[in-house]
Amino acid sequence: MIAFADLLERLVFTPGRLAKIALLRRYFATQPDPDRGFGLAALTGELAFQAAKPAMIRALVEERTDPALFAMSRDYVGDLAETVALIWPAAPSNAGPPRMTEVVQTLLSTPKSELPFVLAGWLDASDASVRYALLKLITGELRVGASARLAKIALAEVAEGRIAADEIEEVWHSLVPPYTPLFAWIEGRGPRPDPAGAPVFRSPMLAHPLEAADIAALIPSAFRAEWKWDGIRVQLVATPLGRRIFSRGADDISGAFPEIVEAMAFHGVLDGELLVLRDGQVAPFADLQQRLNRKAPGAKAQRDYPVAVRLYDLLFDGTEDLRPLPFDTRRARLEAWYGLHNPQRMDLSELIPFATVDELSAIRDGARAASIEGLMLKRGDSAYVPGRPKGQWWKWKRDPLTIDAVVMYAQRGHGKRSSYYSDYTFGLWREDGELVPVGKAYSGFTDAELVTLDRWIRNHTVHRFGPVREVERGLVLEIAFDAAQLSRRHKSGVALRFPRVARVRMDKPADEADRLDTLMRLIEPGAAQA
Amino acid sequence: MPHPETWLKVRPDGLFCEPGGFYIDPLRPVGRAVITHAHADHARPGHDAVLASPETLALMDVRMGVGRAGAVQQALDYGEPISIGEVRVWMQPAGHVLGSAQVAMEWRGSRAVVSGDYKRQPDPTCRPFVPIPCDVFVTEATFALPVFRHPPAEHEIAKLLDSVALFPERTHVIGAYALGKAQRVIALLRQAGWDRPIYLHGAQIPLCAAYECMGIALGELLPATVAGKDKLAGAIVIAPPSAIADRWARRLAEPVVCNASGWMRVRQRARSKGVELPLVISDHSDWDELNQTLDEVGAPEVWVTHGREEALIHEAAKRGIRGRALRLVGYGDEQEDLSEPAAA
Repeated sequence: MIAFADLLERLVFTPGRLAKIALLRRYFATQPDPDRGFGLAALTGELAFQAAKPAMIRALVEERTDPALFAMSRDYVGDLAETVALIWPAAPSNAGPPRMTEVVQTLLSTPKSELPFVLAGWLDASDASVRYALLKLITGELRVGASARLAKIALAEVAEGRIAADEIEEVWHSLVPPYTPLFAWIEGRGPRPDPAGAPVFRSPMLAHPLEAADIAALIPSAFRAEWKWDGIRVQLVATPLGRRIFSRGADDISGAFPEIVEAMAFHGVLDGELLVLRDGQVAPFADLQQRLNRKAPGAKAQRDYPVAVRLYDLLFDGTEDLRPLPFDTRRARLEAWYGLHNPQRMDLSELIPFATVDELSAIRDGARAASIEGLMLKRGDSAYVPGRPKGQWWKWKRDPLTIDAVVMYAQRGHGKRSSYYSDYTFGLWREDGELVPVGKAYSGFTDAELVTLDRWIRNHTVHRFGPVREVERGLVLEIAFDAAQLSRRHKSGVALRFPRVARVRMDKPADEADRLDTLMRLIEPGAAQA
Repeated sequence: MPHPETWLKVRPDGLFCEPGGFYIDPLRPVGRAVITHAHADHARPGHDAVLASPETLALMDVRMGVGRAGAVQQALDYGEPISIGEVRVWMQPAGHVLGSAQVAMEWRGSRAVVSGDYKRQPDPTCRPFVPIPCDVFVTEATFALPVFRHPPAEHEIAKLLDSVALFPERTHVIGAYALGKAQRVIALLRQAGWDRPIYLHGAQIPLCAAYECMGIALGELLPATVAGKDKLAGAIVIAPPSAIADRWARRLAEPVVCNASGWMRVRQRARSKGVELPLVISDHSDWDELNQTLDEVGAPEVWVTHGREEALIHEAAKRGIRGRALRLVGYGDEQEDLSEPAAA
């Protein structure tokens, strides 16, 4: 448990992705089986024991400490588990801290009534850092700041290039803690674990953004076009052993969309877009957000925000792997498959006919619905390859909407940007002459522009509120965004989707920035309020 | 025997010894000041006469400039009693920073000890705390909550060196208070076998030089400001915490931001400062050290100058020690997590 507690401590405070991977890699490479496997399960949220209640922890610590001192300490520290980890009085103990394996196996088998006794023994034998990890694990509040994907990338690094993270992904959902066969495979001591018909995730094929230079080189006849919908990309996996909905990042989100799971009365793997669909019309992303926020939706949420999957691709038909086949063949198979199964709550992504790039460009510009992000272009002969292979698939996003807004507040960024004011709250002028905030942007500028912006912020600060600087109303940013939606959460009544800085308008006087009215006219009609 | 509260009094300017006519660590310029240690919240400029340990006087001169740290200075070695008026005064090490002293005062058979800030953990840069039995013990309470139990400093240094080994291409920059903490971290690194140059922010250089003059060897120290980015990759740099969060830090190679402070025990403190590697290294006593000290000095009464006095007074009362909160506003303002005024 010591190595796991150390890892946890570092991961929580480490902002950098590469640094997190390095920490994880070292943990997996140096810890023995089955400890590291249970550690991996704890990190990826795959440990299934009943979480202990905070009341049990509180009762335990109250037996050992002065209640008045505990109350003062709790007030100071805030978090219960952290307070207990720090305040737990040292007790002479011959035992060392428990191993990860001992902790997990004991938690899986110990009756609830005996847990306080067992836990007290562990806490006595541990230091504050191990106590914290134990308490977080036991209460099911382990938040590590590292995704499951990151853990798999780190595992691939342990394999030193012999196995890709995507290959680990394809067996992952068939494995159970402590993943001994997985580690054996990664270290070249054993065969690839056989998923044997389990509903596992396959890494999706992704597209590159289409830049101006690429457009010129595009051969229209080689490509097929589809709308790019503003939902979430999902993978539907149904086998005789189970049905799963995976997000693009391999998270199992089946529980959030029971009506889709119910409709998966087939065996196969499909790639599609999860959308809120009303009478065949795609609702704005904010509607889908209402469903994404719920782990287990009630009947009302299912009724108010009806979801469906728009199918893009067929990866497996039964157990037949179609991924090596060209897109055109897979598309024909998908259409035939759809005709045969006619699944509820699913429809086919439409192929958009076009002859020339200019024609395609006009189609793209003509799309008005906010639910359309732009176009997808896929080579007719492209196999389905995980990741982002060059020149196979393109996403050609609609030109964003833009407004000229005034910077109101700035905050420092994180990690590499921690010394730069890189997060900007911007606003628009209201009728009465007041500037009201409409959003926050922290990307879109170059490193050189960031230096300029940072200097401007420092030289034009009028107030400081903790880490936030209020600045003079004198800097205009052209803000690009994908859609505007009504919002009750914002003072301005409007929320922007994906706002980013398109241009720094040092030349433009602040009073010539856009009015709020201008933005209100860009709001997609018929959208529900977020 | 007069009770110390009849002759050692809290005045607006600070704690005043009436029969001696002097203040201890006064908050504003006074005629006669006895100074426990050179941290800016205890040693303020502009007093007429200053009595302190020779090291504290030297460090005050470095910080304030010669002439500002008392018009008349008198050095007093540890364990050398003198008389000020009717009061017998002597000093013993407080183990806080180089030169830090407890001030013991005896008047008509009644004895009070003002500890200043102190710690009980070993520190290669200063002499260890010496308990003095007394009638009233005046203590700090910076970390007086049972959640504060500082691990051995060597353990924290090992954590740092482990991180340097894991990220050999990055700069490890340690936020550390310029007086005491910086030198202790350097000395601990040397003890742990780190013999490469250690780079310093400009604000750390004069005090490190003063420590070396007074016989505390710190090994090879170089200014970080003039070192190239390539030199700083894989290096250890020590700087005031405020410089790390600001533009100064842009010269560092993908820095791992560390902070050496007792506050680092609490996660939210570390997180709010953007610290990537918290190092729980403190100049102050933790909960156990405070209580151990109260037992060792055996005073029936304890006065608490600043910090979390409520918890300490509560705990002392359980052992029959009478506690009193002095609430001296102004101490702890410049606690470990604050830095020197930024120099380049």
